[in-house]
Amino acid sequence: MKITNKQLRMVGKPIVFALMLIPAVWLSWNWYQAFQYLPNDLGFNPQETSNRFTGDWAMRILLISLALTPFSKLIKSPKPVLFRRMIGLFAFFYVCLHIISYVWLDMLFDWAELWQDVLKRLYITVGLGAFLLLIPLAVTSTQGWVKRMGAKSWQRLHKVVYAVGVLVIIHFAMMRKGFQIEPLIYGGILGLLFVLRIKAVQQVFRRRKAI
Amino acid sequence: MFIKKSKSWMLKENSVTSESLYLNRRKFITGAAATAGIAGLASVGAGAFTADEKRVLKELKYRQTDFTAGDALTPEQAVTQYNNYYEFGVGKGDPARNAWRLQPQPWSVEVNGLVDKPATYAFEDLVDMNQLEERIYRLRCVEAWSMVIPWIGVPLRKILEKVGVQNGAKYVAFQTLADREQMPGLRSRVLDWPYVEGLRIDEAMNDLAFIAVGLFGKEIPNQNGAPLRLVVPWKYGYKSIKSIVRITLTDKEPPTSWNISAPQEYGFYSNVNPEVSHPRWSQARERRIGEFGRRKTLKFNGYGEQVAHLYDGMDLRKFY
Repeated sequence: MKITNKQLRMVGKPIVFALMLIPAVWLSWNWYQAFQYLPNDLGFNPQETSNRFTGDWAMRILLISLALTPFSKLIKSPKPVLFRRMIGLFAFFYVCLHIISYVWLDMLFDWAELWQDVLKRLYITVGLGAFLLLIPLAVTSTQGWVKRMGAKSWQRLHKVVYAVGVLVIIHFAMMRKGFQIEPLIYGGILGLLFVLRIKAVQQVFRRRKAI
Repeated sequence: MFIKKSKSWMLKENSVTSESLYLNRRKFITGAAATAGIAGLASVGAGAFTADEKRVLKELKYRQTDFTAGDALTPEQAVTQYNNYYEFGVGKGDPARNAWRLQPQPWSVEVNGLVDKPATYAFEDLVDMNQLEERIYRLRCVEAWSMVIPWIGVPLRKILEKVGVQNGAKYVAFQTLADREQMPGLRSRVLDWPYVEGLRIDEAMNDLAFIAVGLFGKEIPNQNGAPLRLVVPWKYGYKSIKSIVRITLTDKEPPTSWNISAPQEYGFYSNVNPEVSHPRWSQARERRIGEFGRRKTLKFNGYGEQVAHLYDGMDLRKFY
């Protein structure tokens, strides 16, 4: 059975949308429970839990969005790209939750302390850099902006997402104490996605299929 | 007439959390703890049993002391289930989940170096279980959270006196067990195992330095460092080495695990100091586990009166 683009838009998009919302729903529900003094899964340091949870999901969803183009080339179908913008925007959404969690729940809007963090703690500076770079991408994500900018320069601008990916992994690795395996795994995935974008590598895959 | 002079680490009546707030806080915490207490969708439902449930912890006989932090105790569940003990994993819930593999009995500690009676001591020969006392100390982690914990144990000084410290000894070094069978975290090279730590001899002889073998009236759970661990409440938590298997008296400053791992971040002294910030955490404030906001961190974790003199003339920015 062939799935048409129309079916993907009508059915696939709402499904992906709902899936992407699950972590946010889980987190909000648990904070609601916590504020009601009811059982919840946030653990003994709920602020730390939500910082990590939102950060992890922002990173994972960003990697998914970066994986769609190589994936569509691999399966020789443009269909996965249909979801790219939505998933990219979800990555931005979780980054925003991450920042709200840190600025509000963790630091309680202590702006002086926050500014000290930005200046003194390199991993915070790097994370803030990644966020700032994402803003223009999120703003120009509409069809209108593609037209206004012209497809070529729009695409050039959106290549910034590669830099964001690198900054996010650095931010994650610096946050962890000691030599830990998880940042390496996420860094490895990002590296693999970059390798799959190299034209020569893509050609190797193409030739193999041809044989 | 009996005049009781209150010491600086005994908080004034008015700075103690009111009972109603305390109870509310407990509700918040038990609520949080009611389920697995671990973040992440995948891990919900994990941690169904914990190490202290697998091993029945015996009640201990001990005497109360003047060492009472005054602050409300951190709930026992938080103390035993929110742990940093990388030998059992890097997640906060990992130690409580994995530490049941640890066999704390029988246990022996090798004591060597500049001591009169070097030997491998059985746990019972090193710690006099008839001399146990309770000390309620604040614990401040370098990650900017803190707890108030009722430890049970003996002053470190008593153990050192038992083995006979020689005059040339300037430092005491400690080593944690490193057994792959019992400690799954050793498989990842987060740190150079075994975990090592150390104190200067005058720090070790200070009355606050304590060897804990219990908490909350019972034996110490595996994930908190069974069967015996160090507690140095004026220093960041990672100085308080767990599950000790070796004590060495030496004339040289011993290597310490976090200092080896990241010397620009963790020094030998590691005194709690809100004025010296860490590359990853401002040390000016801390979150007391169970409280929503952050409170100001006290220099030497509030134990300055007892320990500040140890560092007279030292630049604590340099010797962090």
